Amino acid sequence: MTPPPAANPASKKTSADAAIGRDRLIHMYRQMVAIRLFEERVNDLYTRALMPGLAHLYIGEEAIACGICEVLRRDDYITSTHRGHGHCLAKGASPDRMFAELLGKEAGYCKGKGGSMHIADPDTGNLGANAIVGGSAGIATGAAFAAKYLKTGQVAVCFFGEGALGQGLLYEELNLAQLWKLPVIFVCENNGYNEYTHFSESTAGDVPARAAAFGMAHETIDGQNVRDVYTAATTLIDRARRGEGPAFLQCITYRYHGHHVGDIARAYYRPKTEEQEWVTERDPITLHGEWLMANGVADRAALDAIQAELITQMDAAVEFAINSPYPDASKVTQDIYA
Amino acid sequence: MLETATNVRELSFGDAIKEAIAEEMRRDPSVILMGEDVAEAGTTFKVLTGLVDEFGKDRIIDTPISEAGFSGLGVGAAMAGLRPIVDIMFGDFLTIIMDQMVNQAAKIHYMSGGKWKVPMVFRLTMGATRRSAAQHSQSLHAWPSHIPGLKVVVPSTPYDAKGLFKAAVRDDNPVVIFEHKISYRKVKGPVPEDDYIVPLGVADVKRKGRDITIIATSSMVQTALAGAHLLEGVGIDAEVVDPRTMWPLDEETLINSVKKTSRCIIMDEGYGRYGVAGELAATVAERAFYDLDAPVTRLCAMHVPIPFSPSLEDTTVPNERDVVALAQKLCKRT
Repeated sequence: MTPPPAANPASKKTSADAAIGRDRLIHMYRQMVAIRLFEERVNDLYTRALMPGLAHLYIGEEAIACGICEVLRRDDYITSTHRGHGHCLAKGASPDRMFAELLGKEAGYCKGKGGSMHIADPDTGNLGANAIVGGSAGIATGAAFAAKYLKTGQVAVCFFGEGALGQGLLYEELNLAQLWKLPVIFVCENNGYNEYTHFSESTAGDVPARAAAFGMAHETIDGQNVRDVYTAATTLIDRARRGEGPAFLQCITYRYHGHHVGDIARAYYRPKTEEQEWVTERDPITLHGEWLMANGVADRAALDAIQAELITQMDAAVEFAINSPYPDASKVTQDIYA
Repeated sequence: MLETATNVRELSFGDAIKEAIAEEMRRDPSVILMGEDVAEAGTTFKVLTGLVDEFGKDRIIDTPISEAGFSGLGVGAAMAGLRPIVDIMFGDFLTIIMDQMVNQAAKIHYMSGGKWKVPMVFRLTMGATRRSAAQHSQSLHAWPSHIPGLKVVVPSTPYDAKGLFKAAVRDDNPVVIFEHKISYRKVKGPVPEDDYIVPLGVADVKRKGRDITIIATSSMVQTALAGAHLLEGVGIDAEVVDPRTMWPLDEETLINSVKKTSRCIIMDEGYGRYGVAGELAATVAERAFYDLDAPVTRLCAMHVPIPFSPSLEDTTVPNERDVVALAQKLCKRT
């Protein structure tokens, strides 16, 4: 996929950027770096055969989860995907229990019963990552239904990849959400590839036109610019919270790594030059860091300090997970029924 | 218990279900019901007629024809604080909602390490002989019974239907109820006005007997009772046991009955192959083999798509004459 036109990293603050505020601008940077460092360690744990199962890395897409979750309240709901570590962390999950879950340990968020693709956490409103592509669209819409019914003021965000555009359930939920004016935001993370297939080979027509057909508010933005994500999310989430209905937000992004960690030989479905172009020209962390410095929000030393602090935290979290015990085999029959 | 209840009236199977839903909705404001034409239309079977007048369209919710869509919505609503009853109209549409029921609702509690609950009810129908042909007549209750995380209810009497439905609404797990659609009007019985539940996982001996046990589900309970009545004439005293729920399964009551009678027929309107009856037969064989004087034998729907023509369709479902013939064979009293 052609990257969106590169924004000038040193571009001046727009009025929308100014409205974000210094603390949030830095917090979003911190969150993006945290996810990047987390995922780099996942890659390392997986390639060292310490992590069972599959690992789908979010590296390259960090601005979307961070920009959107920055707008959400702690009790707002999200549903996530197989590529979900970033969403969970951005919503407030702690890395130590995340790593523990990824390694199948008792201390993990799901006591080792869910793993990488099923992390769920009621404390942060995380209804769960879902390994069925598009499978959580109903859950997010239903949570929004309950929020409206119970008048809690909560909203729900349904994260999904562009691969879910091929699933019928998504369109049923778009219809229900718009019909009943439910406070749910459908966030399409379009990283260009359905597994190992370019989305143009699987997707007819125009993506936002799908939402438009339901009469749903929609927007397509540069998913590599965390400030743009935050600003668009603010508008759509506030609107939903006011009872003005759902929205569809397409974020154009890129998956730096393969579909999963084992997907190494990728040249047959996408050229290395394309990958390099996104990594060097469109990296959300680099772009935001340069913008923060160019606009005097933070200097290099401050950004380096954030990174150093997070490296220490992530390494400790990995240690915690590695040293945590596996669940006793007797736990296998617990939790089938409430 | 029915024996000790006061204010008992005769209700149809369908009215008993409506009463259960109304009582639970009065008791708990988080209970809602959604489905196709459930409000003013009162469902295609007219089982819910009048509920919308009491509870309004915010709680008796007409949906688009989107079974997967509103089933998934029900899962999320259940996780976020409601107790949805999702009305799927025909059990055949189980095929359409399978992902939301099996991969989502059934697994969320386990996958989340017990943190998220999915307290919801899926209402489906089952049963042939309504001349509705192959896509509106199946009895597919074996499918969800196969899945850990789901509970499956197959009531056979108005009393059980009301009590089991109320228990299902109060359960913190996804519960799938299969209502036999021929029974809605045809089956009538005593139902207390009182608030009572029938716990999930407790079988009921519908008729006591000493010569042979007939374990029967849903519509087959009435057929088994009719057969047992005929068997009296040939000197066979049949016991009819209704498991009432496929899961949890009250094995003790079934096994105790078979140990007493030493013979066992399993009757179910689902397909026999790889179905509910096979599971029940295996349970009996595993736990009562040395008490048996005859092979455990199944009596199920024929293994064919349900045909339309009455002359064909009526042959696919076991009847009381089949019960008599099989019981006589097993008891060697022909």
